[in-house]
Amino acid sequence: MSDVVMAEIRKDYLYHLVLKGERADGRAFDEYREIVLETGPIRKADGSALVKLGKTQVIVGVKIQPGEPFSDTPNKGVIITNAELVPLASPSFEPGPPNEVGIELARVVDRGVRESGAIDLESLCITPGEKVWIVFIDVHVLDDCGNLMDASSLGAIAALMTATIPAQQYGLGEDYPLPVKDVPVATTAVEFGDAIIFDPDTDEESVADTKLTVITTADGSVCGMQKSGPGFISQDHIYRIVDIACERAKEIREKFLEV
Amino acid sequence: MIGMDEKLSFFKNGVRLDGRRPDELRPIKIEVGVLARADGSCYMEMGDNKVIAAVYGPREVHPRHLQEATRAIVRYRYNMASFSVEERKRPGPDRRSNEVSKVSREALEPVILTSYFPKSVVDVFVEVLQADAGTRTAGINAASVALADAGIPMKSLISSCAAGKVDGEIVLDPMKIEDNLGEADVPIAMTPNGDITLLQMDGRLTPEEFRKALTMAKAGCEQIYEIQRKVLVDRYSSMDEPESCDEVEGLSEEEI
Repeated sequence: MSDVVMAEIRKDYLYHLVLKGERADGRAFDEYREIVLETGPIRKADGSALVKLGKTQVIVGVKIQPGEPFSDTPNKGVIITNAELVPLASPSFEPGPPNEVGIELARVVDRGVRESGAIDLESLCITPGEKVWIVFIDVHVLDDCGNLMDASSLGAIAALMTATIPAQQYGLGEDYPLPVKDVPVATTAVEFGDAIIFDPDTDEESVADTKLTVITTADGSVCGMQKSGPGFISQDHIYRIVDIACERAKEIREKFLEV
Repeated sequence: MIGMDEKLSFFKNGVRLDGRRPDELRPIKIEVGVLARADGSCYMEMGDNKVIAAVYGPREVHPRHLQEATRAIVRYRYNMASFSVEERKRPGPDRRSNEVSKVSREALEPVILTSYFPKSVVDVFVEVLQADAGTRTAGINAASVALADAGIPMKSLISSCAAGKVDGEIVLDPMKIEDNLGEADVPIAMTPNGDITLLQMDGRLTPEEFRKALTMAKAGCEQIYEIQRKVLVDRYSSMDEPESCDEVEGLSEEEI
């Protein structure tokens, strides 16, 4: 019970801070924490990226191997995205199969990669109906200090952009880079009353009951969205979030993901 | 998405393959109180989607460690029958249904007055009997009516539908073929005031197209709200005394 009371006091403090136009760490409402991106930290993976978003740390590994296509798409490769919220990353994570938060995270990351058309699935076909390349994207959260959606999505596309198809290993010719055709970037915001704040940390996430993640492509289109959390959000706020999301995503893309 | 090269035409003289205008919903049918054992229930059809929702509670939480000291918890289970889709679906929860369950619960939770029932649970079960694109929105609509039928205190009903993009045009309430071969899908849910409680999107839209889709989906929700409201008013304004269990009519065969 005392936990509940403390959390309420903390929430109250953060909420009123935002009403005064401030955030606990001094950021502007639409300002991201410092992003540090390192590609290729895992040499045994076919592509990998370590993302630090403030203190949040996520590592994404891509493995590519030949396998059978789905029967309804015989000439297309397969993308499989998984997210592990391992207990080392947060006191609230528990061992065991992915819970719904982990599943949602994986599916939103997957949505960005898939719907943006970043990976041309037809180019991953080896023998129609028999053998295609299967791209496994595994998100491994190391430290959850908020906004896992954006950190994981950034890690996924960065890992894919630096991934190599290990053809030689399977006797299928020379290794070659995985062709990536678009650069989806996820941007997440929460609302505090009438204020909208981007890149929430864990405290801010716990005050706001609802997040909105917007995934945009290089040409400024929206290719995925997810409202997450048991709250309301107004149409007006959605539009404002989409507009700012496009700008922030563009900056992130230019800074970290220029080809 | 798939089959772009087949270049199927989705419009003939400005109407869709099933004769609808771009901003027209599929036919909707709602029945309240279709299950005897549940505290509240609702059967709903949206086009070829057939879903049934049941509400149990507020009741004791099992396992007990899930209890919340200050409010009721809400659980939502979206489940597709293995025969509900073209190719048999393996029974039981998968990743998609887990995610749908989560966002659907979060679409309804904001209007449920959970603080009235500390330490208890409101269980919502949605079974998809036949699927034809839009099952999560149909499930939310049915669940919202079932919650009202169960007498759960709520701030308002929740109404839900999707807008999509096919052949470059924004359309309301896409059916299966439009969803499969279309370019985007935006399911939403909202209160009668227009506050949005579910918002997802996949596909590809410019920000302007997204605005159009959201506006269209909101207009669809407003129409659905009127139907939900009418069904509830009709049922409860004509009821003299509470019905006993065996007076509640089950689903007739033709409905399923």
